[in-house]
Amino acid sequence: MGTGTNYTAIAFFFLFVSATLVITYWAAKRTKTTEQFYAAGRTITGFQNGLALAGDYMSAASFLGIAGLVALNGFDGLIYSTGWLVGWPIILFLIAEPLRNLGKYTFTDVVAYRLQQKPVRIAAAIGTLAVVLTYLIAQMVGSGTLIHLLFGVPYVYSVIIVGVVMMTYVLFGGMIATTWVQIIKACLLLGGATAMALLVLSKFGFNPVNLFAQAAQSGCDPNAASGSQFFCYGQKVLEPGTKVVTGAWDAVSLGLALMFGTAGLPHILMRFYTVPNAKAARLSVMWATVWIGGFYLITFILGFGAMVLVGQKGILAAGGGGNMAAPLLAQAVAGNVFFGFICAVAFATILAVVAGLTLAGAGALSHDLWVNVVRGGHAPQHEQMVAARSAAVILGVCAVILGIIFQGQNVAYMVGLTFSIAASANFPALVMSVFWKRFTTWGAVTSILFGTFATLLLLYLGPTIQIDLLFGKAGDVITPALAAKVAGISGLETVTAGAKLTAEHLAAYGTWLGSQWWYFPLKNPCLFTMTGAFLVGIVVSLLFSERTALEGFIEVERRALLGEPKGAAAK
Amino acid sequence: MNGTLKEEGKMTQDSEARLHVVAARRWRIAIWLSVFMLAAYYGFILLVAFNKPLLSSILIDNVATAGGKAAPGLSLGILLGALVIVFAWVLTLIYVYWANTKYDHEIHELEHLRG
Repeated sequence: MGTGTNYTAIAFFFLFVSATLVITYWAAKRTKTTEQFYAAGRTITGFQNGLALAGDYMSAASFLGIAGLVALNGFDGLIYSTGWLVGWPIILFLIAEPLRNLGKYTFTDVVAYRLQQKPVRIAAAIGTLAVVLTYLIAQMVGSGTLIHLLFGVPYVYSVIIVGVVMMTYVLFGGMIATTWVQIIKACLLLGGATAMALLVLSKFGFNPVNLFAQAAQSGCDPNAASGSQFFCYGQKVLEPGTKVVTGAWDAVSLGLALMFGTAGLPHILMRFYTVPNAKAARLSVMWATVWIGGFYLITFILGFGAMVLVGQKGILAAGGGGNMAAPLLAQAVAGNVFFGFICAVAFATILAVVAGLTLAGAGALSHDLWVNVVRGGHAPQHEQMVAARSAAVILGVCAVILGIIFQGQNVAYMVGLTFSIAASANFPALVMSVFWKRFTTWGAVTSILFGTFATLLLLYLGPTIQIDLLFGKAGDVITPALAAKVAGISGLETVTAGAKLTAEHLAAYGTWLGSQWWYFPLKNPCLFTMTGAFLVGIVVSLLFSERTALEGFIEVERRALLGEPKGAAAK
Repeated sequence: MNGTLKEEGKMTQDSEARLHVVAARRWRIAIWLSVFMLAAYYGFILLVAFNKPLLSSILIDNVATAGGKAAPGLSLGILLGALVIVFAWVLTLIYVYWANTKYDHEIHELEHLRG
């Protein structure tokens, strides 16, 4: 693995791309208006949209990432699985139906409904683009690395392939093509993961407890060479560890980001406009919750399966920081053809998620910024379509360029950052605009901007950037720049260029950082930025009341329940 | 003529009042279900953060393994984590069942208010 070209995987991948391009051709003939481009003509059923939502959400980060996390850490991966699921019921109870009833193409439509269009749309577009770009970077860099590992294709080529295919979907097929790509991918992913989990469980009498026990057995050699034997690690794999959650406050903050971030992801929120009415929106979240929850339970089995059948040593040796756990498990339980299939599914996953993100970003650029801010809401249909497609091209090119710029960087934190910004910038403004009468234009603007920039700033001042990125980890070779930077800090006298960082260095640097006034000790700032965004929105709204916004609330309340007026069906 | 208009006006007022009742109930249910979800998840996360020994307690022990030795098979942490997912399913189904059978019906009767 990782060396040589994987022809089975490439064959499966070409099959997937050909099928989806045929769909795109079919969809292109049905994509003439903005309603079709952004919202698939509102013809998707609740069941179909549920699968597409699941497809949008089950990114490579959750499929490969969680399986890897569980394989290497055991129990701790479950923190992510549960956190990523529990956001969905919240979307169902509070967001989905009002969103569908109040908006047209983007969630900004809802926030701006009774407020002044221009300032709110500019702020919300900043929030949306911040989420879309950070998530795109995470996906593109992840895809480049993975495709290199899975297919043996050079990094830059794979980033360009992803960019070109994804842009083809979005440009020609719009939301119709993107939705069907998501549905196909979701079925392949769910089917593939289920088959793999059944194959794993078949070795353990179809009882997960036997699998866990095998992992928890002590005494055998986890470093033994890969072979017919099972690997085992002792009871600690069933217990909460320290790798994922370092401190109590970090756990609370991460939990908030995972839970409410989902309800602020623009590409997820945009999906609710593809269904005909609020009831279909409700059913789509129900199905999404069923699929995603089931998928995470399965992923947990896959993680333990890889731990026992592939071994942690083998997973780490394959590179990609644990991301190869699921594909390697496929190879271990069913050989090379299945391995190729799972690799192709992982590639398809990246492609589909990136397409959904690009479409959401295009909505912010063209629908929110161009049509509603620059053109004051009055642009002819053909101009809106040109704007939408141009925006998709701009974002696609940005995605490829960012993917190449960030090559080789550790971007795992970007996924956490995405959820943090989504929970801090988009979620508070959305909730307050639907539920709080006194919410005002400037309350919305300041809340969104605070959420976006406070998250970026606190992440920069936190351990992820200051330690992991700017300092390093034990075993790293020290660069002259780093040695010069830390000169004079007590305990770091032995940090000299060419030597290696030790755990003592890290501890000393941590102590020094802790004494700096600007240092922010949490990995995930969501606890402060999300509550801060709510507070800022509330205080600013109360300080400067806005009569039109207050009067408009009656309309918002009514329309959130009843839907758009009969005569003026959104076109 | 005048009488009909008045009556229509009164009907609309009644409907308006009913819409408020329906809305208040809908959001009350939504908020309670959200609180249950939050409580379950945060209960789990806070145990992970503050009471690792409790989550580490073994529920099913002495499971035979291929290595010939018996080993613990299930910890409270894993069970609770899976139960949080199942709980999310249950809350989702409760809400969808209520909304599909009761709420949609009530909203449908107030359709004329859509204007």
